[in-house]
Amino acid sequence: MSSVSKSPWVIHYDGSSCNGCDIEVLAALTPLYDVERFGIINTGNPKHADIFLVTGSVNEQNISVIKEIYDQMVEPKVVVACGVCACSGGIFHDCYNVIGGVDKAIPVDVYAPGCAVRPEAIIDAVVQGIGILEEKSAALAAAKKKGA
Amino acid sequence: MGKATVIPFGPQHPVLPEPLHLDLVVEDERVIEVIPQIGFIHRGLEKLVEKRDIHQFIYVAERICGICSFGHSLGYAETVEDLMGVEVPKRAQYLRVIWHELSRIHSHLLWMGLGADAFGFEALFMHCWRLRERILDIFEATTGGRVILSAVNIGGVNRDIEDSELYAIVDKLEGIRGEYHEICNAFVNDYSVASRLVGVGYLSQEEAEALCMVGPFARASNVAYDCRMLGRGGYGDLENFQPILSDEGDCYARVKVRAAEVEQSIDIIKELVSKIPHDGIGEKSKLTPADGAMASNVLEQPRGECYYFARGNGTKNLDRMRMRTPTSQNLAGMVKALEGCELADVPNIILTIDPCISCCER
Ligand code: SF4
Repeated sequence: MSSVSKSPWVIHYDGSSCNGCDIEVLAALTPLYDVERFGIINTGNPKHADIFLVTGSVNEQNISVIKEIYDQMVEPKVVVACGVCACSGGIFHDCYNVIGGVDKAIPVDVYAPGCAVRPEAIIDAVVQGIGILEEKSAALAAAKKKGA
Repeated sequence: MGKATVIPFGPQHPVLPEPLHLDLVVEDERVIEVIPQIGFIHRGLEKLVEKRDIHQFIYVAERICGICSFGHSLGYAETVEDLMGVEVPKRAQYLRVIWHELSRIHSHLLWMGLGADAFGFEALFMHCWRLRERILDIFEATTGGRVILSAVNIGGVNRDIEDSELYAIVDKLEGIRGEYHEICNAFVNDYSVASRLVGVGYLSQEEAEALCMVGPFARASNVAYDCRMLGRGGYGDLENFQPILSDEGDCYARVKVRAAEVEQSIDIIKELVSKIPHDGIGEKSKLTPADGAMASNVLEQPRGECYYFARGNGTKNLDRMRMRTPTSQNLAGMVKALEGCELADVPNIILTIDPCISCCER
């Protein structure tokens, strides 16, 4: 399983973010920060992804989309909330259409704060996520052994 | 002709950084109808004016959109300044334009990268974003932020840029210009780019005018409209400003218009730096808008004309704040340009209008 955790693939979904965090997520993938050198690749397919990067808060319209993407991802999986909007609702927390942070829809493993979140913070969060991914896959393997 | 099939596109889709849902009705490989559905990012921030006062709302306004964040804080500040009759010193106006044009360069480079990604030229995408980081370095040096700048207040700007620093910025931009030419060369002279984009997603001038298109999307269909021509603030002191036009109306023309606008922005910054006055950067206004006072304003965002309307009610909160953003205008044209295209061209056409969904839905 360590092969998975050494080069995790990420999927990105923009909740109701202002784009500020999205472009920072993309910036983390492009030459200056370049996480691809660690084998981290951005994919559009939930079934290929290990780490789910969500930016922006949850609202009535997108809550089902976020849940759907999460459900389609295969175990083990890690969710990273990027930016304060995704962590708690941020500056928009009392807007009428905002339910709150991503943890209102799906379980979140790592919170990366910042408005906008800095690419360094995203990389830190992903590295932390890799640790959690490893723990989860070890737990899965142990459960499988017990079952067999 | 085969039977019509509906293909759902988005909201989570590899080519879209943002959630937009389209129902594409296709017959064989041809798209015959497009039904857009939006609302995934609606936050309802216009209503926040009731809870945040006019000075706090500037931070909300710049979070309408992270790409043109500076433009939104500027457009909002100008509208409220009109509402209260606040005079802004010339230096602050120039600095605002300089930051706004830098945002345009960063936004266009970002878009050129995403566009390249949409037609499958990933190396070009990476190069555009690499160059864009140099603009973000300027932002970081002058304001401390990379995408959210918080540089404007009602009455002026929060920070001055010293003259020596301004000259250094111009030097930096001249350096960027050289590298930019190399990137542009790939966009404008590479036959593989042209073969993906020429003649795709055509919109005629009549259609663009009838659908009230704005920004580079309209200018690529030969509609000579650019709010910078109106000469508000620092733009009024430019020697000569001409909008960049093309009469081809296809995806390729949209690329070329934006590519030329980056250079135009560099020239604007250069000209303003050479004649920037020294009359202070203004300070935060202490006035409150009068009851029933109304003001409106237009500003040329990287994606086109954005309209702002504000009404006061005698308190430190506004009664109403309304923005109409370029993407909500341009969606109609996008739907039109998509009709009749081939399925494989859909991502290119969507991206060449440069949609910014979070502006559009606020
Ligand atoms: S945290 Fe800030 S920059 Fe990020 S989406 Fe929210 S408002 Fe935008």
